[in-house]
Parts: sequence; structure tokens; C-alpha cells
Amino acid sequence: MSAPTGEDTKNISHLAPSNRENSDQGETERKNVGGNDLTFENPDKTYLDSNELIINMGPQHPATHGVLRVILKLDGEKVLGTECVIGYLHRGVEKIAENRTYTMFNPYVDRMDYVAAVSNGLGYCEAVEKLLNVEATPRAKYIRVILTELNRIASHQLWLGTHALDIGAMTPLFYTFRDREEILKIFEKYCGARLTTHAFRIGGCQYETYAGFEKEVKNFLTFVAPKIDEYETLLTTNRIWMERTKNVGVISAADAIALGVTGPVLRASGVKWDLRKAQPYAAYSEFDFEIPVGTNGDTYDRYLVRMAEMRQSLRIIEQAVNSIPEGPIMAKVPKVIKPPVGEIYHSIESPKGELGYFIVSDGSTQPYRLRVRPPSFVNLQALDIMVRGLLVADVVAVIGTIDIVLGEVDR
Amino acid sequence: MPNMIAIWMPNFIMSYLGSTVTPGEAGSQFWALIYVLIIFAGVSVAVMSMNWLERKALAHFQIRLGPMRVGPHGLLQPIADALKLMLKEDIIPSEADQFVFWVAPLIGLLAAFTVYTVIPFGPSQAVSDMNIGILFMLGVSSLGVLGVVVAGWASNSHYPLIGALRSSAQMVSYEVAMGLAVVSAILMTSLNEKGTGTLSMIGIVRAQEQQGIWFIFKFFPLGLIAFIVFAIAMIAETNRAPFDMAEAESELTAGYHTEYSGLRWSLFMLAEYAAMIAVSSIAVTLWLGGWMRPFVRLLHGPSWDFIFSLFPGLTFLGLAAIAFVGVLRMPAHSFFKIQKIGLEAFGGLLGFIALMLLVIAIAGRSQDPSIGSRLNESIGYIYWFLLKVAVFMYLFIWYRATWPRYRFDQLMRVGWKVLLPISLAVLIVTAIVGVLVA
Amino acid sequence: MAEDAKTPAPPPPPEGEKKPSAEMPAAPVSNAPVKPVAPAPPAKPAVPADSTTPPKPAAPAKPTGPVPLLWSSPLVEKYRSQYGTALEGQTYLGQNYLTVKSELIPNILRLLRDEEQFDYCVDITAVHYPKREKQFDVVWILYSFPRNERLRVTTQIADGASIPSSVSIWPTANWLEREVYDMFGIQFDGHPDLKRILLPDGWKGFPLRKDYGILQQDKEWVQINLGIESGQ
Repeated sequence: MSAPTGEDTKNISHLAPSNRENSDQGETERKNVGGNDLTFENPDKTYLDSNELIINMGPQHPATHGVLRVILKLDGEKVLGTECVIGYLHRGVEKIAENRTYTMFNPYVDRMDYVAAVSNGLGYCEAVEKLLNVEATPRAKYIRVILTELNRIASHQLWLGTHALDIGAMTPLFYTFRDREEILKIFEKYCGARLTTHAFRIGGCQYETYAGFEKEVKNFLTFVAPKIDEYETLLTTNRIWMERTKNVGVISAADAIALGVTGPVLRASGVKWDLRKAQPYAAYSEFDFEIPVGTNGDTYDRYLVRMAEMRQSLRIIEQAVNSIPEGPIMAKVPKVIKPPVGEIYHSIESPKGELGYFIVSDGSTQPYRLRVRPPSFVNLQALDIMVRGLLVADVVAVIGTIDIVLGEVDR
Repeated sequence: MPNMIAIWMPNFIMSYLGSTVTPGEAGSQFWALIYVLIIFAGVSVAVMSMNWLERKALAHFQIRLGPMRVGPHGLLQPIADALKLMLKEDIIPSEADQFVFWVAPLIGLLAAFTVYTVIPFGPSQAVSDMNIGILFMLGVSSLGVLGVVVAGWASNSHYPLIGALRSSAQMVSYEVAMGLAVVSAILMTSLNEKGTGTLSMIGIVRAQEQQGIWFIFKFFPLGLIAFIVFAIAMIAETNRAPFDMAEAESELTAGYHTEYSGLRWSLFMLAEYAAMIAVSSIAVTLWLGGWMRPFVRLLHGPSWDFIFSLFPGLTFLGLAAIAFVGVLRMPAHSFFKIQKIGLEAFGGLLGFIALMLLVIAIAGRSQDPSIGSRLNESIGYIYWFLLKVAVFMYLFIWYRATWPRYRFDQLMRVGWKVLLPISLAVLIVTAIVGVLVA
Repeated sequence: MAEDAKTPAPPPPPEGEKKPSAEMPAAPVSNAPVKPVAPAPPAKPAVPADSTTPPKPAAPAKPTGPVPLLWSSPLVEKYRSQYGTALEGQTYLGQNYLTVKSELIPNILRLLRDEEQFDYCVDITAVHYPKREKQFDVVWILYSFPRNERLRVTTQIADGASIPSSVSIWPTANWLEREVYDMFGIQFDGHPDLKRILLPDGWKGFPLRKDYGILQQDKEWVQINLGIESGQ
């Protein structure tokens, strides 16, 4: 892991497309990292003096994972620049938060990253708990860890299926959805909802686990471990998959840090950083697991990192289920949640990256200001640096590999 | 199928069945027309059933059921689809070039169907036997790209344009490797006493008959390599996964037919599937011995002929059995009554065909030139040809279920840097080996 | 900066009809003299007027809550010796933050990155205190990979004032600053492409300001672009 050496954006902008021998195109100079200007020169205009093609990808497009709109500036098939137009799913979550009590706002967070709703809930509840200066009970923490890690697997499974579909492999999608279903069944049995779970409460968990919860989770662990191998047999050593993903969408560690990229994307670039280890929350400090990291920071490494993360999640769940303590599931929390005046920032490692909540309390029952630090939003910013100089097909692959959920990008 | 008509018009049929040349060669305009009509109907039906099969097979690859609602096991789904597509609103974008937009699917369709005039389903079971058959086929089938290019251009939209450009580049690159692979097969036809090869499709199969070996096994592994080059190139030619750049739905929404809808869109689909069958037919003709049954050298004699002639009937019997097993496995619920009856009827139909084929096989086992034996022979030819083509069609589905899509530059790299040198090398080595052997 | 939360009470939200009062300033005032922030004694929080549920009478034996403490660390000492009272280090519930004057902003952030290894800008956001003279708190949440430490930097700016952009320090600030601009109308000088990010380009008003009601919307925009009377 290294600190960014760049003095300003110019240094950063020279870093990214370092090894792209795969697609034999020359380097294109970029003037701006954020990629908001589409006015820059294409230096290798040696063959034909042709016009650039500006193509509008999305917001209705099969591969933009929702209502993301990317304006591509193309030279033939080569991407000269991108501009993301987001906000089509903007619901003003932060404004809603200011007009709801802390408890009333809890279900809303599930609607941000609806693929990993449990993680959102965990982050929010922990942030408010921190503001209240209370701590969840040990049993609640374990349940939280189990559900959150299950959700991480579900999120990665959905990512894998859609990502593979973007690259043209149809079949993994159905395999992953089949297995994700088992997780959703556990959620449904636990809290009645499959997707937007609202599983946790401020101070603990909403429900005690149902009878046979541990057994079902254990059954799931033995069920899903060979399935993950099955996905890998379809893709990991598949020649076309490797050609499509290796050296595609490369982002160096320095670039990734400078752009605030977190989660598997950062880890694939070789930065061994996971909030579960770096600043443990819930009960993560009690479990033994590893942080998978990549080396090249390309799409293939991100794929491998996520596959390894699923296995690590299985390890965590196994430890948690085997040692889940008895006790109450709710800490002593006042009925009316009125945190003292103050502000707090708390973040967790969601499947997408660092999901943070910055809450300013004015001592009333409602947050004075609630800011969500969405990992997808920040990671999406790296799209431009990752796809410049690649081909149209790679844009799709890179959007998939960043693993965005537009509900979270737009909030 | 011609054998159905044969029951009513024995003499007339005999005049045709007795012929050993194609109607086109014999100058029989009437039979040629009948043939064209049969092929047109047959290919359309084949495309529809291919549609159903692809959806079902793909579904089972992907642990789903596929169409199950329209008819028993979705058997009527292609018909429902066709009806739906015909009734859909026909949208032409206002900015599109109306005439070209209108004519584009027809070009693709015409090219795909014209190819069938020279496909030899049997020694006399072709519309015509052109002495430049293979050139005609390659030429006409590559006209299909014109439809794609024109469609992409006429749509006046970016995605179709990119799709069309990809498609044309792809076709041009793979045509080269494909052509060279074909040339090495044609070289192999010249390994006879006279030393003259042929470009005629029937002649190519005849050459394999005379040499007693399918060209895929000729000069092992040269024939096999050339065949593999051809098999890869033909997937690229037909824009199928993993080379479906032109319509890559995750990148270009739907590629060249993004702006098409309804009937016009279905014409593109028809053309695509017809082209798939056509290129598979070329592959079968060139490498897999066309209409020849397997082990024609090894297992010869009247009894072996008889055993192999039972295959068509047994195949249909097997299909009928599958249908009846399907009936048995249906839930015992009144909702499934009609479905059960439908599947039973379908199984019955298959069983009836199986019975007919078996009867013909048994009746026509003698060597004398009766209707029965002639019919039996024709059925054998067509059966083995279609079976080989069906293997290719299944492979098309299998590829689609298994592989991710190539990227455009990688596709070009495979075409120019891998397939082209290989096919050139195979061609040269084949020529040298051929000279040495001769 | 937590103490600032006590001074203002959020105003009653203007209901749907009201046009947003805050417009984009034509000429941003830069480097306006800023009063040093002095830690004010903790005051009782004002009861928000716009609460949908009326505040209950004090919950049973509610603890008074933790108070922000002065944060003494080599980092703060170093910069205090450099900048004096323009910079204040505090800690609340174990989270450290620096309250700085807005003139220091680009420099202190750059120093934090270069000298203190705060190489990762987690988030940039703002808080609106309409009753205050300097209406906005701008907050940088920073993290240091080598030190595994978080730090918040807070500054106050007035409505219409602008603040130097930190895109040249952390490229990630690009979208984050755009979002702050989009939601609060705070101008960032030197931002390469400061325009709305989540809301449509022609939208009027800045929704996360406290005077922007939750039902309020840009009716004109909705009518022109969506062709309907109401976006709700």
C-alpha cells in the first residue's frame, strides 16, 4: 500500500492506463480525472481524420445496472471519455432523514443499497448507537454479523451473476440467483422480508432468531461452499473470461486511494484494507478471517477478490454460528431516541466498500443532518479513469466490476 | 417431407425417385419448384422448432424450465411468438431511411434462404447441383452481412451503426479463414485417379464416398484442424455467441436490430437461424460426409444397411417415448388435462411417424429398385444429413450457454492472428501431403 | 463544531409553495474575514419546530450526554503553533475533529495529506444552520491508511461565500463537492466542473438547506420537463 504521490490531478491522471497491451491502442491523454469534460484531443489521429461519436448509454440500457447514464465519447470503438449522469433514482434520503425520527428513518436506509440492505441497516444502527453512546448486546452483535455476512454473500452473488451476464456469460446468473435464494429464505424466516429487511434496531436486533436458525445457517454453509466452486469452474480459468477481464479497467493503488475507492475494488489493487479489520465494529474483532487482496487492480482481480471474500464470509458465519452467545437481543435504549447534541461519523464495510453515516444531532428526536457516505457513488467516480482508452465492451465490464447499485449512488 | 406425398402418387414420385440427379440438373422445373417449396417450409419449421429447442435447452443448462405455459412443455410457444410478432406494431423510426430500413431484413432473409438451393440433402435431394456449388454458397451466405450493414445504417441510430460496423468487419475477417479451410477440403477432393477436384457440393460428398473417409479424418489431424477452423469461423459468420458482437445485448442493447420490431425483427431472427442451419450444412457437407451414414466402410453389407436404415424410425420412437414419459410425469391435476391430451397427441404423431419410417425401412430392405427401397434410401440420406446438422445446432446452443462474449478486438485477433495462419498452414501442408500421396 | 449545533434552531420548513430563497451567488465573496471559532459553553438544544412527532417530555433520567473535549495531540499542537487560534482540535466520543477558519482551508488540507498522511478523503459534506451568521459547516472526513485514524475537518462559511476546492488534493472530491454544491449551493473555487450531479441541471433551489421544505419542488422545472402539474 502506498500513499498517492501525485501533487495534483495531473499526476493521478497519468497513472491509470499503464498496462493495456491487450487492446492495442495508444495512450490517450486525459485532462481531468473526474471525467466531466469531453473536450480533449485524441493524439493518435494518424490514420483517418474522423469525427468522434458521442453515444448515450442508458439510463435504459441492459448493462448499466439500473438507471445509470453514461455518455461515451468514442473514436470508433475506443472510449475517449465518459461522463456519468446520475440522479435518476434520487429520492432525497438525506432530506427525508431530517424529517423523520431516528427510529422512523431506519427502514429507509434499506432502500439505498437494496442488494445489501442488511449492511445499510447495520451501519445506520451502529452510527445511532454510537451517538447514543450505547452498545448492542453480544448476542445481537453476533446475529448482526451472521446476517450481514450472509448479505455480503448474497450481494456478491448478485454481482457475479450480473457481471458475468454483462460479459456475455448467461449461465452464472441463474446459478447465483438459485443460491442467493437460500439466503433470502433465511432472511424471510428471520424478519419476514427478503430484500429490504429492516433486520436491526437501534440497540440490537428486531427479532430473536427463529427456532432452527443456527441449523439452517449451517446447512446453508455446507450448501453454498461447493456452489462457489461451481461458479469458479465456469469462469475462473475460462479463456474468454480471462481475456475479457485481465488488464481491463486497471486502477493502481495510488489512484484508487486518491479517488476514494473502497471495498473489493481497492483491495484488488493491492491495498489490504478492510474496515472489519482496520476498525472493527459489531463483533468482527472476535473472528478469524483474512482480507483477500489482488495485485493488478484489474477486473479479473476484482472478480477473484470477491470470490475469495465470499469464502471468507462463510468462515466468519461459521465461527459466529458456532459461538453465538445467549442473552438479550436488545440493549437498554430509551423508548424515544433522543441522542445528545453532537455529531458522529461511523462507517462499516459494506459489500461495495466503506458505507459511512455522518449524523449531526441537535438533541431532538430527529437527526439535524444525516449524511450517507455511499461507496457506490464514490467508486463510480473511478469509472472514467478505468475505461479511458478501452473499448465499448469494456465499459460494460467495468461498470459491472465496480459493483454499483443505483439506489445507493443516487440515494 | 416427400415421403408423405409418395403414398398417393407412386408413379409420379417414382419418376423422381428413380432419378439419380437433382431436379435442377435434370431440367425438371416442376420438381425443382416442389423442392424449393418444401425447403422453404422445412426451413421455416426448422427455425421455429430450433427456437423452441434453444429456449428449452438453454433453460435446462441454466436450471430453469423454459417455456412451459403455451402448450405442453411450451411446444406451441414458437407459434405464439410468431403470432405475437406478426401482430405487433411495426415501428419505423422517423429519422430512418424508410426504404432501406424496409428492405434490409429481406436481404438477410433472401441470402439465408438462397443458400439452400445447393445444399445436398442426398445425392439427388437438392434443388440443383451447381458445378461451383461451394463458391455459390460462400458468396450468397456472405451477402447476408449486407442486410445487417444496411439495417444498421438505415436505422440512423448509434447502436445499430456500431453493430453493423462490427458485423461487417467480423464477417470479412472470418470469411478469409473460412475460405482457406474450405479450399483445403476441396484440395482433398482431388485425390482420385484423375486428380481433378470439384467445387460441386454433391461432388464433394461423392469424393468422400469414393475415398471412403470423411474429410474430417483425412490426413489426420489436418482435416480435423481445418474443420475446427471452419467451425469457429462459422459461428462468427452467423453472429452467434461467443462472437455475437453485432447484437451484443449488454453493450449495444440489440446491435443492428435495435430499432426493429415486430415482423421485421422476426425476419432477422428467421434469417439468423436459417443461416445457422445453412453454414452447419456446409460444414456437414465438407467435413462430415454429407448424407453418408457413419461407418460406411467398416460396417457394410445388406444387414448393416438394414440396421442403419432403422435409425430414423427408432429416433422418432425415442422422441415419442420421451413425450409419453412427459405425459406420465405431469401432475395429476385437472388443470393439466388439456396439456396432457396435447402432449399425448404430439407423442402419438411422433409414434406414427416412427411407425411409418420403420415400415418403410422393413419394406424397403430389398435391393431392387422399388418405391420402398428408393424411399428408404432417400430417408436414410436426409436423416443422416439432418442429424449431423442437428449436432451443430446443439453445439450453437451449448456455446451460448457456456461462454462469455469475446471483445471486438480479441475477436479480430483470433480471426487474423490465429485462424488465418492456421488455415493457411493447413492448406499448404494438405497440398504437400496430397502431392506426396498421389 | 458540535457546539454550533446548539445555537440554531431549525426554522419551520416552508411548505410546498415557497420558492427557495437561496440562489446561486453571482459573485462569490472569497476570504471574508472569519471570526475565530471559540468553543462555546454547552447550551441546551433547541427543540426543532418542524418535528412530525411532538417532542415527548424528557425521557426518564436521560443522561446529559458526553461533551466534546479538547483534543490534545502532537498533530494539533503542531498546527496550533503554526496557525494559532484559527485552528481548534476537539474530540467527541472518541472521534477527533479540527475546527478551522475557512481561510486555512486549502492549506491545512494539503498539509494533512502531505505531512500527516491523511491520504484518503472519505467524504465531504455540509450542514446548514440558517440562524447562524455563517450558515454552513463544511466537513471533510479524512482517513489515514498508514495511521488507521480518522479526522474530521470543519469550517464555517457564510451563505454565498465560496471555499477553495480540494479536487487538486484528493481527486475524489470532485463528485463529493458537486453533491455539496447540488444540495447546499456552496461554491467551490477551482473545481473543474462544478455543476449539479443528482438533481437535473435546470433545477432551482438547494434541497438540503433547512429552508427548503420536504414537499417543496421546482414546479416550473417539473412542468416544463415532465409535462405534469406536480412531481409528487
